[in-house]
Amino acid sequence: MTNNPPPSAKKITSTDEFIKGLWRDNPVFVQVLGMCPVLAVSNTAENALAMGLATAFVLLMSNILVSLLRNFVPKQVRIASYILIIATFVTVTDYAIQAISVELHKALGAFISLIVVNCLILSRAEAFASKNTVSKSVLDALGMGLGFTFALLCLGAVRELLGNGSLFGLAVFPEGFQSWIVMILPAGGFFTLAAWLLVINALQTKKA
Amino acid sequence: MSETVNIASQNPAGSTKMLKAMVGIGVLSALLIVVTFELTQPRVQQLKAEALEKAIFEVLPGAVSSRTFGVNAEGKLIAPDTEESPVSLVYAGYDSADQLVGYAVEASGQGYADKIRILYGYNPKQQQIIGFQVLESKETPGLGDKIEKEQRFLDNFTALDVGLNKEGNIANKVTTVKQGAKVNAWEIDGITGATISSRAVGDIIGSSTEEVIPLLFDNYKMMETPKANPKKNENDDK
Repeated sequence: MTNNPPPSAKKITSTDEFIKGLWRDNPVFVQVLGMCPVLAVSNTAENALAMGLATAFVLLMSNILVSLLRNFVPKQVRIASYILIIATFVTVTDYAIQAISVELHKALGAFISLIVVNCLILSRAEAFASKNTVSKSVLDALGMGLGFTFALLCLGAVRELLGNGSLFGLAVFPEGFQSWIVMILPAGGFFTLAAWLLVINALQTKKA
Repeated sequence: MSETVNIASQNPAGSTKMLKAMVGIGVLSALLIVVTFELTQPRVQQLKAEALEKAIFEVLPGAVSSRTFGVNAEGKLIAPDTEESPVSLVYAGYDSADQLVGYAVEASGQGYADKIRILYGYNPKQQQIIGFQVLESKETPGLGDKIEKEQRFLDNFTALDVGLNKEGNIANKVTTVKQGAKVNAWEIDGITGATISSRAVGDIIGSSTEEVIPLLFDNYKMMETPKANPKKNENDDK
């Protein structure tokens, strides 16, 4: 059961638990998890940010609850329990976003409910929260959640910039800019993701 | 392999425990959802009502108060407080001098992704659509949702012709044409890159106006002839 946190020579500090999600084990750029929202909702920087934060919130809450209940849930029904917990928090988030702003809810629409099937959240519950203390799980969720948000923002910024000539809805390029429609389309998501993977991989291998 | 052994040895004693865990988590989840729903619902309702009110005043420039009507199955206008449940709703907007500015009509239809719900403002004096807003849509962000944001498209709805012919029907059904191909006053200039969504808006307005506009125009005529309509003031408080 203790085979999960990668075996390393030195002791893993709490800062490491936080940092690993941001960079070394970034859920999008390194683990390549949760590709559905990454490709679908990253067409503008604003959508990407909102989606990233919503996912991070669900991840944090579900990690806390899964970690709290880790000794209570029998092994055979753990996945079902995790899904139930995740779905609950997604519903809660959905209501909360509606109460905060109808506009924001309109913009995110169907993708909120789809957080349920984001494999990033389930994988953190299974691989980390169910085997670690609450405080460690919180750090892990914060790191992974922010790493996910960061990655979505990276994609969203590039796609909005090239596909719409703007950033967070503000025009960046002068009037005559011919936008690359393809960047807004799903295909643009794949191109941008590939480009970012190339950059991140290059950076990480250089360091190693 | 060790897992299979593990499960087998745990199973006989485990089933009550499993049941307990699942039911426990289920109850906890249900509780959490119900509490959040109860807490957020008043505010969500309020925000939605506010958004609708704002939309009504937006599509009817100059309006400061509104009154709700229903349209029943036979296509007659009914007051909202009657027992009949209306098929669709229209909102009459009045300016600060309590003069009718126009009617805001809710309509919906199939878009590219899901149903699009819109609101448009009808001015019976000019027989034109004078405002338009999307209330709800799930159109592709960045493409289809241009029907909500693109100013060039929204400019279509400042004076869209929905004049009636002698028989009291819409003379020219509203349609969407290709971007830049608009010639007539009843045509909507579409959006390249949001072809299906902009066409859907045209279809929704086209079929809704055919049904509702003759009705509203009749109603308007009726209210115009005896200038002070006593019935109107009677239940003015929405």
